[in-house]
Amino acid sequence: MGGPQASVPRNRLAIAGARATTQAMLREQPRGDVIRNTVFAGLLLLAVVIALAGLIALLIQAFAKGYPALSLDLITNPPSTAFPDKAGFRPAIIGSLELIAGVILFVLPVGIGAALYLEEYADKSRWWNRVIELNIQNLAAVPSIIYGILGLAFIVRGPLDLGFILAAGSLTLALLVLPMVIIAAREAIRAVPDSIRQGSLALGATKWQTIRTQVLPASVPGIATGVILAVSRALGETAPLLLVGATVFVTFDPTPFSPDGYSAMPVQIFNYALRPQEEFQTLAAAGIILMLVVLLAMNSFAIWLRNRYEQRW
Amino acid sequence: MSSTGSAATEPAGGPPSRLQASSKRYGEKAIQGVLALCGILSVLTTTAIVISLIGPTIGFFEVVPIGDFLFGTDWTPQFEPPSFGVLAIVVGTLNVTLWGMMFAIPIGLGAAIYLSEYARPRVRKTVKPVLEILAGIPTVAIGFFAVSFILPEIIVPIWPGDFLGGAEGKPFMALAAGLGIGLMIVPIIASISEDAMSAVPRGLREGAYALGATKAKVAVRVVFPAALSGIVASIVLAISRALGETMIVVLAAGSTPQLTFNPVEAIQAMTSYIAVTATGDIPAGSIDYKSVFAVGTVLFVMTLVMNMISIRLVRRFREVYD
Repeated sequence: MGGPQASVPRNRLAIAGARATTQAMLREQPRGDVIRNTVFAGLLLLAVVIALAGLIALLIQAFAKGYPALSLDLITNPPSTAFPDKAGFRPAIIGSLELIAGVILFVLPVGIGAALYLEEYADKSRWWNRVIELNIQNLAAVPSIIYGILGLAFIVRGPLDLGFILAAGSLTLALLVLPMVIIAAREAIRAVPDSIRQGSLALGATKWQTIRTQVLPASVPGIATGVILAVSRALGETAPLLLVGATVFVTFDPTPFSPDGYSAMPVQIFNYALRPQEEFQTLAAAGIILMLVVLLAMNSFAIWLRNRYEQRW
Repeated sequence: MSSTGSAATEPAGGPPSRLQASSKRYGEKAIQGVLALCGILSVLTTTAIVISLIGPTIGFFEVVPIGDFLFGTDWTPQFEPPSFGVLAIVVGTLNVTLWGMMFAIPIGLGAAIYLSEYARPRVRKTVKPVLEILAGIPTVAIGFFAVSFILPEIIVPIWPGDFLGGAEGKPFMALAAGLGIGLMIVPIIASISEDAMSAVPRGLREGAYALGATKAKVAVRVVFPAALSGIVASIVLAISRALGETMIVVLAAGSTPQLTFNPVEAIQAMTSYIAVTATGDIPAGSIDYKSVFAVGTVLFVMTLVMNMISIRLVRRFREVYD
């Protein structure tokens, strides 16, 4: 019966062996390794710091430069080349709001519709459904100025022939952010577990009833987050609008279908930024502050929404 | 297969009655049709892009020989006679993209490795959304920052004297636009690469630790290679974004077409040629109008190739770890 008694020294032996090996290993680890590890971690941290510093510097610079022009005039006055100290963004702000309203009107039904089709109805083994999917992924990464060309050739002129009106700009922006909305909505719909659908179907609901009363309500937070992020992207987009008519120096409140031209926040900022005089540079910076405040509020709201209503099944 | 309708149940014995919908459910089919139309609209968008690019591009090549366009090195549309050598502005785009990537790849990957391997969960949960805010800043604001801060306050003081022609007193330069673009794409690289690295199974890391590897070695020799396809996909996607970026190059890089990779020269990129030339009131049939579409086609093809590579790579990395 040497079991327990014999195992104690054996254990000791094992522990001593392990300790010796570990110490040998650690001693073998040259001091160079320790230093190298610290330097590596330091460099990584530096990368994060540089990225964050870039962001902070951008915010501070815009604020420092635009601060003198911050007043209510900025929102209520039209732009002016003669009196830069009284110039503002009124037509541009109204133009941007109308553009965004149009984008939401278009993107909400179409984006959610396409996402529902791809997630709930499409048979993935069919080649045309895979084509739609690949196509959306690719569209999401097409440069925005190409959408401007599309808007110019297809919406302003060509088949739709709307002319240089605000609605044409709105439609161009909507097509630009549509893939973003579809991708976000698909993820939200995919996150709803299948058991919910099965349960609803088993109770006798039709497919559409299941989607309308179960799937859609459960995926609203995810879809809303995606839509807000897409809208904030549309709000800050400049390049395509330059091609579809938003270049005019507009001093009146734009309307959606008027042929007199329109303006938008980022285009107006761009217009001011191109002028070398100090007053216009200040106005550009002030406009950037306005836009960043709105965009940061929208993005934070989207992130809050995602965290607050994220459902764990 | 009708999974809906009256399922009359008989307790035992008799054969189960057939499940049958109480009506034909035309409404359901109509809804499916409408939803499918929404999906098809995206394909129509691509088709419309291709059609609207091809028509005027062919018209352009009837005036300017395709060889002169693709291999010419002088881009002087306003001269008489005009010269449309697209290489000058393609190189302009590549110049800016190159400096942007030189900044964004080390910073983005460094941030990704730090967040995925070193940062505590709380730090990661704060820093990642903040970096993503950077991705949401309008590019016109970044362009303004590049030309009014990065150029005069960072590049000019640091630049060594007359090296490559000197940076002093230049209002536009490729490097300023490149750094602005770099700032814009850091979050793309950091965010997607971090996702790819976090998806590497724990077992791989622990196996390496058990063999005595240090933390840095685990990050560089184990996690990094395992996440490589996702990392490369993020970089390719970032290049595609950099190639197509407009406002930063319009504001900071100037509009002087030049065949150079010199970072302190003013250049013109493809996107800024399009943005500066096609400002609405340009007459539809003119050669300038058509040249916009020809340049747009070149840009579209370049980004399309990048996007396809990126989508391929992301698919592969998903297949392994999902």
